[in-house]
Amino acid sequence: MSLLLSVQDLRKTYGRLIGCTNICFDLFVGEVIGPVGESGSGKTTLLNCLSGHLPPDQGQVIFDTRSDGPRNTVTMSEPARRMLARTDWAFVQQHARDGLRMNVSAGGNVGERLMALGARHYGDIRLQAEDWLTRVEIDASRIDDRPATFSGGMQQRLQIARNLITGPRLVFRDEPTGGLHVSVQARLLDMLRGLVRDMGLLAMIVTHDLAVVRLLADRLMVIKDGRVIETGLTDQVLDDPQAAHTQLLVSSVLQV
Amino acid sequence: MTEEAYNFAYLNEQTKRMIRRAILKGLATPGYQVPFASREMPMPYGWGTGGVQVSAATLTPEDTFKVIDQGADDTTNAVSIRKFVERTAGIATTTKTSDAKVIQTRHRIPEAPLTEDQILIYQVPIPEPLRFLEPRETETRKMHSREDYGLMHVKLYEDIAQHGHIATPYAYPVRVEGRYLMDPSPIPKFDTPKMEMAAIQLFGAGREQRIYALPPYTKVTPLDFEDPFDPSKAPHPCGLCGAEDAYLDEVITDDTGRRMFVCSDTDYCETRREAGHRGKDAA
Repeated sequence: MSLLLSVQDLRKTYGRLIGCTNICFDLFVGEVIGPVGESGSGKTTLLNCLSGHLPPDQGQVIFDTRSDGPRNTVTMSEPARRMLARTDWAFVQQHARDGLRMNVSAGGNVGERLMALGARHYGDIRLQAEDWLTRVEIDASRIDDRPATFSGGMQQRLQIARNLITGPRLVFRDEPTGGLHVSVQARLLDMLRGLVRDMGLLAMIVTHDLAVVRLLADRLMVIKDGRVIETGLTDQVLDDPQAAHTQLLVSSVLQV
Repeated sequence: MTEEAYNFAYLNEQTKRMIRRAILKGLATPGYQVPFASREMPMPYGWGTGGVQVSAATLTPEDTFKVIDQGADDTTNAVSIRKFVERTAGIATTTKTSDAKVIQTRHRIPEAPLTEDQILIYQVPIPEPLRFLEPRETETRKMHSREDYGLMHVKLYEDIAQHGHIATPYAYPVRVEGRYLMDPSPIPKFDTPKMEMAAIQLFGAGREQRIYALPPYTKVTPLDFEDPFDPSKAPHPCGLCGAEDAYLDEVITDDTGRRMFVCSDTDYCETRREAGHRGKDAA
């Protein structure tokens, strides 16, 4: 297994408040890691620091880029980071509306990354967009419809298609199933698992829903007040939690 | 107020220096929008305040000045700006494209090719080609600095998906020397290929406070998909002079729907008629 992402001593503060601090971990190809924790614990701050949306105060994020090998994404230039964000990375937002262009058709949304990378053949862009719509279980005949006419679950799937079309190596996901009905959640999770397996994606899934991480993540990272308090394999952490806070989290899950 | 009360070409010398600095910076970075401290002009925004300021900073007492509005020398905007410059600068004006040193234009490029000793000045309403896609100036500036122009193609893609072709008949976005994305001002798509020319081209946006420029022979490429760029025009010859190669205006002539197509460039049309060319509607 090769190392794809290596985070060392990452720290981000908001004035006196600690966003996250002393974060160290490694990720390997094909792995799915899930930072978990209660609201305000620093999960999203961590995700934003790693994906280049927020500049961290200290620390290193070494990412194995497809073109130039391992690079520190914290110190690289903004255009290079944006390039990574369009090619090797994908960021799926919690609210699909934040990640989609609502006044642009589904095909335009899915094709945007291709066009940003220089695709200039209308027919090709359209074919690929149709292919991806089918992969995320959206009827290809809706390619010219605007996302505003889609249901919440469809918008979320469209957002996934839009992000995965360039074959990213690392996918950041913030609360992938937030605000969706459980039956829709189940299908979305199913589809995600399939995509992660087929494409060999490395993914980082931030959620407070432990049932979701049990399904999707290989490893967990429990965060409290911006610090990692426990890490381990998903089953191990969820079935035999060591830290007091993890025990509290696990025992708070509603058993149906 | 007497004419002597005005400084040459209305603006004071300090302002003209400031504008000339912006113009020089614009020429050094073709297609880049240079901010400048746009002044209040005695005409409403949208009537060419940017173009007039650039003209004022460019004109010398020996120059001959021409103004066109949609190609015509005799429309309101053109007449009033020409009078304004005559009164405040006291320089010669003309309607002949070939006699003019400085030409201020709104929404057209003259049909007759311009030469190296001429300057073409455009009035620009909205200098930012990305404005309708990204309303934040802070973001569009970043996009320009990073050449992040994928969004513009999304717009063109949407045109094709919804209309079957790129439905942007004017202000067609162009790429300057493979670098800056530039709004050519609302000239018709037909004129876009003419922008690679011998004359200096200056663009002034008064309300938006931006100046940009194209030095002579700058490479200007319309953004496009791999299907070819089509500089469309009405499929007719000019009714007055018979020109096949000129951009045309459609003129409704009576209540029964009769119409004629005539050159939008009035000087071009007159020059051709003086040379003996006749169209089918010529009296």
